[in-house]
Formats: sequence, C-alpha cells, structure tokens
Amino acid sequence: MEVFEPKIVAFVCNWCTYAGADLTGTSRIKYATNVKIIRFPCTGRIDFMLLMKALSNGADGIIVSGCHPNDCHYTSGNFHARRRWMMFRGVASYLGIDLRRITFSWVSAAEGAKWAEVVNKATDEITKLGPNEAYVKTAKKFQSMDN
Amino acid sequence: MEELRNRAKQLLEAKTVDVVIGYGETLNNKIKAVFIRKPEDAVKLVYDERCTQNLGVYLTKHEVKHFGKPAIVASVSTMRTVLQLCSEKQVKDDGVLVLGVTLEGKFLEFPTFKTVETFMEKGVQPIPAKDLELMAKIETMSLDERWAFWQEELQKCTKCYACRASCPMCYCNRCMVDYNQPQWISVPSTEIGNLEWHLMRAMHLAGRCVNCGECGRACPQEIPIHLLTFKASEEAQNQFGAVAGLSSTMPSTLSSWKPNDKENFIQ
Ligand code: SF4
Ligand code: SF4
Repeated sequence: MEVFEPKIVAFVCNWCTYAGADLTGTSRIKYATNVKIIRFPCTGRIDFMLLMKALSNGADGIIVSGCHPNDCHYTSGNFHARRRWMMFRGVASYLGIDLRRITFSWVSAAEGAKWAEVVNKATDEITKLGPNEAYVKTAKKFQSMDN
Repeated sequence: MEELRNRAKQLLEAKTVDVVIGYGETLNNKIKAVFIRKPEDAVKLVYDERCTQNLGVYLTKHEVKHFGKPAIVASVSTMRTVLQLCSEKQVKDDGVLVLGVTLEGKFLEFPTFKTVETFMEKGVQPIPAKDLELMAKIETMSLDERWAFWQEELQKCTKCYACRASCPMCYCNRCMVDYNQPQWISVPSTEIGNLEWHLMRAMHLAGRCVNCGECGRACPQEIPIHLLTFKASEEAQNQFGAVAGLSSTMPSTLSSWKPNDKENFIQ
C-alpha cells in the first residue's frame, strides 16, 4: 500500500521563521520533507485567502508562522495577524473547515530546533488525519467545471 | 406616522437637512426607500411593521451624499449602522440627523451622535429567536455536520451579491470578489468559490457587522448567511470585547490589537 505523504504549505515571515528555518538547515537538523515554505515579508501580510487557496489547490495541511509577540520587524504585524487568526478560526470552524490542518506558531530566527519540531508535529498530525478529502473533492468539482 | 411626516416637513422647510431618507409605499403597496427633498413630499413617508430594511446602506452612496445633509429614519440597527459608519470615517461626526424608532416603536430624535451612543447603552436590538435557535443548533453540530450543512446551504448561492449590496458596511468602491488579477473568488457559482466568498464576506465584516440581518433578508435563495457575520460579531465580542455600532469613535476591531490578546492555539 502506498504510504500517505501529506503536502504541507508553510506561510512564514521573512525575519523570524524563515531565518529560523534556515538555521534548522545550517544546524544540520533533519526534519520532515513534506513542507513547502513560502516566504512573506511579515505575518501581517498573510491573508486568510492565501490559506484558502492553498487548501483548494490540494494542500493537506498548512503552517503559519512568524515572529514572537514584541519581536515583529515592523513592530505590530504579528499582533494584527494574531487577531485575524483568532477571528478566522472562529468563522472557519463554524463553516466546517478542519482547523487541525492549520498550525500556527511563533518561531524566532534562533529557534531552528523548534521549527523542526513544529514541522514534524504537523506532519504527524496530518498523516493521521489523512488526505484533505472533503475539501479536495469539492475543489475537484470546481476544476472539472473550469475545463 | 403623522409625527414623523410633520417633523420631516419642518426639517426640510427650515433647511436643517437637505434630504430625509425614509420608507415610502410603491403603487402596489410594497415598501421602498424614499428620498424626500421637498417639504410637500413629506406626506409620502410611512412607517409600520413592514419597514424592515436597514436604510443605513444609502448613507455611503455617492448619489445620496450628493443631496446634502441627510436625516434618516432609523431603527436600532440603523442607529448602530450610523455610529459604526462614523467610526470608520464614512459619515462625518454628527453629519446625519437620526430620526430614531425605539424597539417599542416610539419616535425619538437624536440631535448628535453622542445622544445616540447614550441611547445605545440601554441595549441593542435582540437577535430574532429563529436565528438564535439555528445558531445554537450549528454550535452543537460536529465538524462534518457543519460542513455538510453549509455546503447544502451555500450550493444554492447564485453569486448575485444582493447580500453585499444590501449591507450598509459593504461600501468599498471595489470589492475583492470583483478583482480578476488575481482572481480570489471564482465568478461562477461553485462549491469552493461559494465557500470562499462567504468566508471572505464574514471575515471582512468581522467586528463591523451591526447584526441588522439585512443580508439574510436580501438573499433571494434564503440562505441564512447573516448567521456567519453574526458568528463573527459574537467572536469579536467574546475575544476582543468589541461590539460594533455602539460608539462613533471606536477603533476598527481587526485593524487594531492589544498586546494581551488571549489565544490558546499558537505553538
Ligand atoms: S453583514 Fe448582514 S447583518 Fe451584518 S451589517 Fe451587513 S447586512 Fe447587516
Ligand atoms: S444574496 Fe444569497 S444568492 Fe446572492 S450572493 Fe448573497 S448568498 Fe449568494
């Protein structure tokens, strides 16, 4: 039987988590290869619609990560993002979107090991959940209409 | 009703306001919005239980702004609309004369927004029992049941955008759903596109929705979409202590933050 390898998209900020993920690499820490990292200027830039687009394009899981509170390169981008996520989670779960597939974390530029941990944990969790079927099925309908 | 007509006539005669936004009757006795600009037309105003539309939606319309200073016949939801619009800098402070109708159906004039704020302290309009019941039902559903419930409802959506047009808080000149570069929301009605459209609508109205229920009433497919923005309002209140439309100076809920915003999900 084919083993399920989840596709995970990570939306990270340039200044903390991206640098943190770099450190994971330069420290030669091994971690799950399921994650595709997309770099953003700031967590404040990570619109919830980007997460929705990732899901409809077949991502099984998502990680959103940026600087710890008070560490934002732009002072308050992550505070704005935090409020947005708090609201997003409320509305999304009301619509039946599975929040277990979306991981949020703060990973600083010095936390290479933490990044590996976050990715491994998310990968385990999503492997357990399996492919994002309900969503993919719905998205497929959309694509077949498109063609 | 006579009271309202007389007062509107007076206001227009004295040129205190240039237009009175209120309810009137069509030839086949339906209710429509009317824009009274001449004192002798004030007799066209009506007010009864059929007048449910939130007239606040007209305050930001270019054509209406062009008339000059407005007075507006306002239910409690519309009063909240006026305050919220002011806090978002869409109407000038005291730029609207509020001809309020209390929950008990009494006419009450508000010379300034401060007086509307004071009135709001007595409490906002209640959410209809039918909506509360459905909201409570959705809360108890499992994730899969919720997904199925909303998929069933949202597949009826024809993307007519009547919900957007009727909402007094949807005043952007260009809505994100109208963009095609990049295209965020599919133009035809598709399951995923409808879901994204309604999630986006709720998120963009989060903390701004005044719970008037107009979007749900406007929807020709009778989808209870107002529950999504009601849910967002509930979240705004529970998580940030923010209630829309109680103050003309409150900061926007999702464009402000507090260092101690409390969450329990970030690793
Ligand atoms: S979202 Fe619906 S209930 Fe909320 S303000 Fe707009 S029309 Fe009213
Ligand atoms: S009014 Fe109803 S059918 Fe029209 S776009 Fe809104 S939800 Fe869809």
